[in-house]
Amino acid sequence: MNTATTGEAVQKEDSMWKQKELINGNYARLARAHEEGRKVASTFVPGNLNELLMCFDFVRNLPEINALQNGLRKKSGAMVREAEKAGHSEDVCAYVKADLGMMMQGNIGPMGEPLPKPDILVLSYTGCFTFMKWFELVREQYQCETAMLHVPYQGDGTITPNMRDYVVKQIKEDLIPTLERVSGVKFDIDRLREYLVESAKAEDDLVWVLQSAKNKPSPIDAYFGGVYYIGPAFTAFRGTPEATDYYATLRREVAERLAAGKGPITPDGEMGEERYRLVVEGPPNWTHFREFWKMFHEEGAVVVASTYTKVGGVFDFGFRHDPTNPLESLAEYCLGCYTNLNLPTRADMLTQYVEDYQADGLLINSIKSCNSFSAGQLLLLREVEDRTGKPGAFVETDLVDPRYFSAANVKTRLESYFQMISQKRERHAA
Amino acid sequence: MKCFIGIDLGSTTTKALLMDADSKVLGRGITNSRSNYDIATTVAKREAFADARFNLFRASLSSVEALDGRLDEFLASLERNFRLEQYLEQLADLEATCKNHAADPRFSGQTQLVGEVLDQLFDQLHAEAPEYFAPGAKRKSDFFRDVAGSRYLAVGEAVAKEEGLAFDVLLNIYDRSIIEVENRTGDSDTSGKVLGALDRTFESAGNGLGAAAAEVRGHIGEALQIELEETYVVGTGYGRARLPFSKEHIRSEILCHGLGAHVMYDGTRTVLDIGGQDTKAIQIDADGIVENFQMNDRCAAGCGRYLGYIADEMNVGVHELGPIASKATRTVRINSTCTVFAGAELRDRLSLGEKREDILAGLHRAIILRALSLLSRSGGVRDQFTFTGGVANNEAAVRALETLVRENYGDVAINIDPESIYTGALGAATFALRAGEA
Repeated sequence: MNTATTGEAVQKEDSMWKQKELINGNYARLARAHEEGRKVASTFVPGNLNELLMCFDFVRNLPEINALQNGLRKKSGAMVREAEKAGHSEDVCAYVKADLGMMMQGNIGPMGEPLPKPDILVLSYTGCFTFMKWFELVREQYQCETAMLHVPYQGDGTITPNMRDYVVKQIKEDLIPTLERVSGVKFDIDRLREYLVESAKAEDDLVWVLQSAKNKPSPIDAYFGGVYYIGPAFTAFRGTPEATDYYATLRREVAERLAAGKGPITPDGEMGEERYRLVVEGPPNWTHFREFWKMFHEEGAVVVASTYTKVGGVFDFGFRHDPTNPLESLAEYCLGCYTNLNLPTRADMLTQYVEDYQADGLLINSIKSCNSFSAGQLLLLREVEDRTGKPGAFVETDLVDPRYFSAANVKTRLESYFQMISQKRERHAA
Repeated sequence: MKCFIGIDLGSTTTKALLMDADSKVLGRGITNSRSNYDIATTVAKREAFADARFNLFRASLSSVEALDGRLDEFLASLERNFRLEQYLEQLADLEATCKNHAADPRFSGQTQLVGEVLDQLFDQLHAEAPEYFAPGAKRKSDFFRDVAGSRYLAVGEAVAKEEGLAFDVLLNIYDRSIIEVENRTGDSDTSGKVLGALDRTFESAGNGLGAAAAEVRGHIGEALQIELEETYVVGTGYGRARLPFSKEHIRSEILCHGLGAHVMYDGTRTVLDIGGQDTKAIQIDADGIVENFQMNDRCAAGCGRYLGYIADEMNVGVHELGPIASKATRTVRINSTCTVFAGAELRDRLSLGEKREDILAGLHRAIILRALSLLSRSGGVRDQFTFTGGVANNEAAVRALETLVRENYGDVAINIDPESIYTGALGAATFALRAGEA
């Protein structure tokens, strides 16, 4: 979800450089944390309480981000194999194995700097059961403190006051005291409010950028480009002025592209004519990210909306972090993450995306080692096809296990899908 | 005459199909894909053009009275002789290539012996060649590699033994040479070979055509003069990116199979294609336009290759599997469709005393179950259902499919075209026709 490239030179805009600085800065802080006497918290992207952790001066480490960064850098395959050698099965989430494998190899992070032992593992449980097991394994390794926030699943598709109160109560009575104890820093709610002001500003700009894809041509790719755009807001930077600044810059750049009638920028340069507009469900593949993206952009396919860019928060239906109700809004944020939504809500969301973004259809990238995302995806596909009348398609890859990316197979499916859309269009025109 | 051409580059075979402006199929050609798609494309296309010529001969010769009631026989003889001419051309190439390799310094000291053995070997292969193409002769396959290879090895072994040469030497020379020969397209002079075949046919038949021979020759000559123009080519299949033409000339195999099945049976709504390395379940509408599809993922379980693997494990030809399985009296339940585990499962069952045919029936059922899962994911089986690909020629697979489709989807018309291996090429040719007319 962050900038990372290998191989040929990539065109970079200001926002990209800013993001790169943010990421490199955070890895450097992690490497120095303990010698500087700072405490480290590890936490996951969905439902992350970054602003809260900042209130206790924790340096934030996000294991999924490490795994995907290692995937982008072609390092994850060896890590996955290392974890399998230690007894983890082939079907286990590849993020988990890449993380454990990295630890077994000496815990050197994606940028080549050592990652510190965490002082606390903060699990905000938002729908992915594997996260819990993952932290159990990490805890066993480091014998460190853990704090778990139990976020109720949106089984009925709504957030009730009860659910919100339940989360707030845990934050107040359990999480904050634990974080105070581990960090030695007293909680200051006004400090939290200040961060949330920044978060809300960044979220406004992020939503503006993502919704710019409603234009034709879309100035952005909301999946392959989108994973970069969500980077700061979904990870260790939400709530910082630097992240707010990043989003202001990004918004300006996208506004310029829009005004100039330009399409998205890709690692291979400006994209050509927009021929297909797609909504994509599911995480991307990281080990062959550029190759995968190329299969889209060289056919003129732009992703105009995606659900993966909502895993660290669904902001495009109005939710913002709210400094006037800080703890309540943290609770609502966790409850509203994409991974915590039930299938009917996801179907509604996808249908709405296909319609609002005038997409040609829904494409699902089903992740081999992620059951929590994949369960029910075919039902989603059928449902959205029926409701929109637009054709759907299904490809299968993996997050960071390179063995599960079969380029020929994926390309055949994608090309078939694009040609299927063209054929339908031609007939419609005739 | 305008020809619209579809080419389907498969993992095992490459198919070409020629169509005229009225959507009539003019000819079909097939060759093994080798590892060289350019060659495979050239050869398959040439085969399809040759097939088209034979269809033109048929049309033209139907007016020859002397051939009344025996036209089929005459054309079959002409075609066999044509195949023989092709074979001899490649055999001469193989001989020259082998002799060239025999000069390699690694054989110094026995260069002369190797040369003599090769002379004897190829003399015999040339001499016996007409037998392979005699009426009623059975060939395991029509591909040069298969026909010449099996004879080279058999004859070579005997000659080498007699002359006191290590058989390995011959093997080594063959392995190097066959790859080179297969990667050359050879002489493209179809007319010359047809005329050569015609001479052979007249000679061998003693056919009493008498004065009509000249008439026949005239018709053939005229038919050979008809220009078959390569108007528009569309390619599909896994090697499509390697085709020597631009993107507009390439269609996905899913679209081609969908359209091909529609052209074969216009009532088709669901298509199942089981090829060498992939299985496709496709839903199409009344116009043959794809509505939905599912493909097997990174694993070849449940594909044609699985059967190939089983055949290797059992030491039988892949074409023998269906007939053996058809003798089953019960179906052994096979749990794993993993290609790699299949061998273990097979041996395990044999050791438990299960009969070979019963196990094979179970393996066929397992493959079809896997295909059924893809079908259900693509939207199920709708009437009519068309089954295509190499596995559609396997009677045991077809029987398992019929049973399982009936159990799960009730009465559905199941279509299997004898030329189903050309479904993708037919779809591609139809796309070529549409694009060429546009």
